[in-house]
Amino acid sequence: MSFEIPIGPQHPALKEPVGIRVTVDGEIIREADLRLGYNHRGVEKLAEQKTWTQNIYLMERICGICSHSHATCYVQGVEKLMEIEPPKRGLYIRILVSELERVHSHLLWLGVAGHEAGFDSFFMYVWRDREIVMDILETISGNRVHYGINAIGGVRRDLDEMQIKHILDSLEVLRQRSAYYEKLGTTEPSFVARLAGVGYLSKEEAISLCAVGPTLRASGVPMDVRKDDPYAVYGEVPFEVCTAETCDVLGRTVVRIKELMQSYNIIEFLLKNLPAGPIAVRAPRRAKPNEVVSRYEAPRGENIHYIKSNGSDKPERVKVRAPTLANYAATIKMLKNGFIADVPLIFAAIDPCICCAERSVAIVDARTEQEKIVTMSSLRELSLKMTKHQARKREAEWPL
Amino acid sequence: MATLKTLVYLILYPGLLFIFFYSTFAEWYDRKLYARFQNRMGPTHTGRAGVLQPIADFIKLMSKEDIVPERADRGLFRALPAFGLAIVSVGMLLLPLWNYNLASSSPISFSGDIVVLLYLLSLPTFIFFLAGWSSTNLFSTVGATRVLTMLFGYEVPLFLTVLTPAILANSWRLAEIAAFYRQQPLLALLNLPAFIIALICVQAKLERTPFDIPHAETEIVGGTFTEYSGKKLALFRLMMDVELVVASGLLATVFLGGFPGGLLPGLINFIIKTLLVISLLSLLRATTSRIRVDQVIALSWRYLAPLAVLQLVVIILVKGLI
Repeated sequence: MSFEIPIGPQHPALKEPVGIRVTVDGEIIREADLRLGYNHRGVEKLAEQKTWTQNIYLMERICGICSHSHATCYVQGVEKLMEIEPPKRGLYIRILVSELERVHSHLLWLGVAGHEAGFDSFFMYVWRDREIVMDILETISGNRVHYGINAIGGVRRDLDEMQIKHILDSLEVLRQRSAYYEKLGTTEPSFVARLAGVGYLSKEEAISLCAVGPTLRASGVPMDVRKDDPYAVYGEVPFEVCTAETCDVLGRTVVRIKELMQSYNIIEFLLKNLPAGPIAVRAPRRAKPNEVVSRYEAPRGENIHYIKSNGSDKPERVKVRAPTLANYAATIKMLKNGFIADVPLIFAAIDPCICCAERSVAIVDARTEQEKIVTMSSLRELSLKMTKHQARKREAEWPL
Repeated sequence: MATLKTLVYLILYPGLLFIFFYSTFAEWYDRKLYARFQNRMGPTHTGRAGVLQPIADFIKLMSKEDIVPERADRGLFRALPAFGLAIVSVGMLLLPLWNYNLASSSPISFSGDIVVLLYLLSLPTFIFFLAGWSSTNLFSTVGATRVLTMLFGYEVPLFLTVLTPAILANSWRLAEIAAFYRQQPLLALLNLPAFIIALICVQAKLERTPFDIPHAETEIVGGTFTEYSGKKLALFRLMMDVELVVASGLLATVFLGGFPGGLLPGLINFIIKTLLVISLLSLLRATTSRIRVDQVIALSWRYLAPLAVLQLVVIILVKGLI
């Protein structure tokens, strides 16, 4: 007997609304289908109405976890458009924050993986130690989530000796704790039993389905924008690209823990070799008509921003390709022939950020299940049609 | 006089009132310990150190809106929580808490009461299954099938290990088994492997991590209890608390020498020994992650059941020697 189980748009395993329809045969999944569009916010459209500087703060709000990734990706593109080169110290601080963000994102993911597998103690411990890196970010930028550290042509805040010392001290604690979680996450029998062999994605499939980030690297493909196409100062920072050969959720866990260790090394290197000098250069108000593609290795994978300018102080088009979007195709592949019990784990293993990846709204008729994509103009027409006979707001009488 | 005694026994101690307060206390103890294992505070607000929190939760749930799904089997859906609570509460009466007197065989302590108690502990599983099945919700249905699938795993090793000490004590009466191991404490050590297996099986019976598969939140939402709300959910939660106390009481009787000494010392014995068992169950809950339902079956039949049989063989050999 096979039947369809709707996981989402509201489900305890999902932190954001997305629909996964799985057709199951007993406990085994035969078919899986993703339904998107519950969290579309129109950020790209909004970006066309704001100036280059205002857009930094808008881009930062695409995502709550990898906020710095989107802001940096955008800023790097705009700097290329404006043909300005940020000073070394500014770039070092920018990359420092992006590595700290990677640490906090991976720790967050580890905790979530523990929770999805029903290992709540692991979740509680990891998230307790994640507070250390959140505190570091707060000392640097004043904020825990949206750091607001980027400016076009550099960064907005400098580091002093006290802050550097604080970060280096906290880093030691984080290193020890992460080594403990590495041991726990890869040896605790019941946890490993849940992760090993789950969500298999072979090397060939990972490449052909365009997976990115830790999902790709866990299938044994050493692909990392920081190494392949070094932006900012990654060319001079020593680090390794972490991979795993197991191609399953356990591999993705291992890759993320290894990356944590690499990030600690990078942070230490950046702090010890922080060059003196200014942190930002002055940026012009306008950019010449041109277009640019900016690549950035976010904690979840490769993040791509396409920016087009028309010579004014506002972008003509900003297109965001978030890493989650690239991993959706691989997720469907991984879900097939798995157990229902593994759905949350497999889906969480790509570290999905749903609101990053929402691009359109599809309207599904609940009775006929017919689906149609709605365009902006048809939405506007619909809105006019629906509200034609209603009193306009300022003419309306109380109660409305 | 006998009627009065029976009434006291049913309503006050160890009847409903005691069951209610002690099981909520056990829930608080379990929650607090679990929270401390996880470096959290646990309940702090209601009462001293949050000890009244489970009662507050119970009262709150009782006052919430109670919804019966349209397509559910209404009669069954409504009756199950009360039935379940009644069944496990009867189990509480059979524990040799007050009726430890070996001389008199009373209606609540008789030869074979260990089998009745095991039977009463098996019924809640069917209650959970029926609860999930009668809600006709997809998540409940999956949860219900998981309840039954798990039952086939843990039930046999649990019965084998709980009956092993009974065979060594040569009695099917809980009070006598406890008395036997009080007289010969060294023989109780022989049952240690059985105790560990029984702990794991009881954890599975109580559906706690790593066996909280039928209501795995991140997989199938509320599982068997998805459609339950308000009073019915409150009764189900209370039922699970009572089941926790009864199951740990059973293990304490069979493996840890029971609760001797009459009214007050017996009560103190009961509290200490059940809390010890609950502590072990909490530790198990805090240090493991949820496994899959097929892994439960594999674990039970590959490891637990053969070990339980081995233990039984050892006990029979030892019995031949002494």
